[in-house]
Amino acid sequence: MTAFLQQVISGIATGCIYASLALALVLIYRAMDLANFAQGEMATFSTFISYSLIEYWHIDFWPAFVITIVLSFALGIGIQRLVIRPFEGRPVLTLLIVTLGLFTMFNGITGQIWGYVFKTYRGGFPSEPVIFGGLYINVQDIGVLGVVLVMLLLLYLFFSRTKAGLAMRAASLYPDSSRLLGVRVGWMLALGWGLASAVGAVSGMLVAPIIFLDPNMMQSILLFAFAAAVLGGIESPLGAVVGGITIGVLMALVGTYIPGGQDLRLAFGLIVIVAVLLVRPAGLFGRAAVRRV
Amino acid sequence: MRRLPRVEVLVMAVVGGVVLIGVPTVTNQFYTFEFAKVAIFVCALLGLNLLTGYSGQISLGNGAFMAVGGYTTAILVHAAGVPYWLTIPLAAIVAGMAGVLIGIPALRLAGVYLALATFALALSIPPVLNHFDTFTHGHQGIVMPPVAAPFGLDLSSEQWLYYLCVGIAILLYAFAWGVVRSRTGRAFMAIRDSETAATASGISLAYYKTLAFGLSAAYAGVAGSLLAIATTYINPDSFGLGLSLSLLVGVVIGGLGMNFGAVVGALLVVWLPYFAEKAGQAGVHIGPLTFAGKPDIFFGAALILIMLFAPNGVAGLMLLGWRRYLSMRSATRMPVQDPIAGR
Repeated sequence: MTAFLQQVISGIATGCIYASLALALVLIYRAMDLANFAQGEMATFSTFISYSLIEYWHIDFWPAFVITIVLSFALGIGIQRLVIRPFEGRPVLTLLIVTLGLFTMFNGITGQIWGYVFKTYRGGFPSEPVIFGGLYINVQDIGVLGVVLVMLLLLYLFFSRTKAGLAMRAASLYPDSSRLLGVRVGWMLALGWGLASAVGAVSGMLVAPIIFLDPNMMQSILLFAFAAAVLGGIESPLGAVVGGITIGVLMALVGTYIPGGQDLRLAFGLIVIVAVLLVRPAGLFGRAAVRRV
Repeated sequence: MRRLPRVEVLVMAVVGGVVLIGVPTVTNQFYTFEFAKVAIFVCALLGLNLLTGYSGQISLGNGAFMAVGGYTTAILVHAAGVPYWLTIPLAAIVAGMAGVLIGIPALRLAGVYLALATFALALSIPPVLNHFDTFTHGHQGIVMPPVAAPFGLDLSSEQWLYYLCVGIAILLYAFAWGVVRSRTGRAFMAIRDSETAATASGISLAYYKTLAFGLSAAYAGVAGSLLAIATTYINPDSFGLGLSLSLLVGVVIGGLGMNFGAVVGALLVVWLPYFAEKAGQAGVHIGPLTFAGKPDIFFGAALILIMLFAPNGVAGLMLLGWRRYLSMRSATRMPVQDPIAGR
């Protein structure tokens, strides 16, 4: 039983990381009905930037963390303005291929600059256990949970309490009416990309201390984040969080209790995606977008 | 209907045929082998083009179908001693069935969701292959005996592989050409252009979408099988996400919705990494960056630029040039030509 709880707790922590990347995906999906395949590679790129800030510029982790978030935000805005905006009004298939182009490009750029050798990444939390009610809980896991909760709170406050947040929601729901009311819809999309990129960067910087840093590190995490977003309902931020934690716990249990489960985790991610889409396409919290043609 | 300018077509066919037959006699073993790989990728890209280019369903998972084909061949040859040439059609059938199986749930997954599911498929295939190591020998992979030319032909192993792969690629090209011009092909394109209109015209979405998946997977299966035969070795890592992505890169840059695009795309996907590696060894420096010899940045940028400026890829541009040439040539005889169709 203790072993089981132990797995559940570590699953919740990794689940929080999936949740934050899923949240980034949801931000872009809500804004433009697009699954951003480059989200993971953008996050990897950001994480490598923070690595350089820490290792070569000798900045402490937390200042580097904040600088990286700001830079990633700017990166997201830049990508939307330069790469995505020219495709306004083009079919989804086209945009999907564009995000795959970004995926390939960012993977290549990261590999060119930092190489393909695995690197250790020192995070902001010590990796040592505290004993709590007979359970060994890693301080790092508690830290991850805390960071993600703070990020959620900030995003919630942004969307519910600020004018920019309101304008963003309006722009994604009713672009035409918003434009008439003076909301600059194009810039709201850019803001969405910026936020998503920043949120993705957080997930990258949280996961890098747990796994090693390499240009392909976010690919499997992207799959779990997609599974999380689909499970939660791809339009729902709350769903992304609940879905992320569910997937995290599920994968920890699969990895522990199914023989050879480590190899099968990705396949379970695939099964979750397909099963949810077939049985309940709206996910747990999404609204049903019925399209019967 | 414009009459085909017979002379040019004839000249091109003869030159093309001579080049195809002549390549292995004038180049060394390495180049011959690489051109055999081009033919293999032509097969895979033709299949992906039927699915993505003609019927409008994106697949990031055709590398997984190549894995099915490759492992079908490897396991049959290695464990059951089946002759390798017999395993090629078997690989097509097994991979095709896998494609139909994936196609059935894919029916209900439009656009973005289909991309998600096939992305997950591409990522999860290598670890799954590792897991079932009784058949696949896991990371170790399967080694197959090298093939030799049959009927006492005086050909090296590479030359024989080249002719085998090119022959099969031509066969598959002709078949794809036929499919595109048939009722089935028109149904694919109708679905791509508007599902609603296609349904209204009495096209069964379920049947044709599944068929497109099955066909595409069978093509990928043949490619996987040939790849296993040619390299005489496969392991799960040869069929990862990278392979599926490079197929997509090839089909998009080559030209979506144009069979000839598969040829252009295959040349690019096989040769560009080779040249990039050479350039990397020579040490290409741009500013402070030393290029390590991977073409990913170029491929990514090319995907975006092609989608922006030339949605029909390089083959589309070539067709455009060809039509320009025709209209210039016939301008002396015919007063006004139709405007060039952008499709």
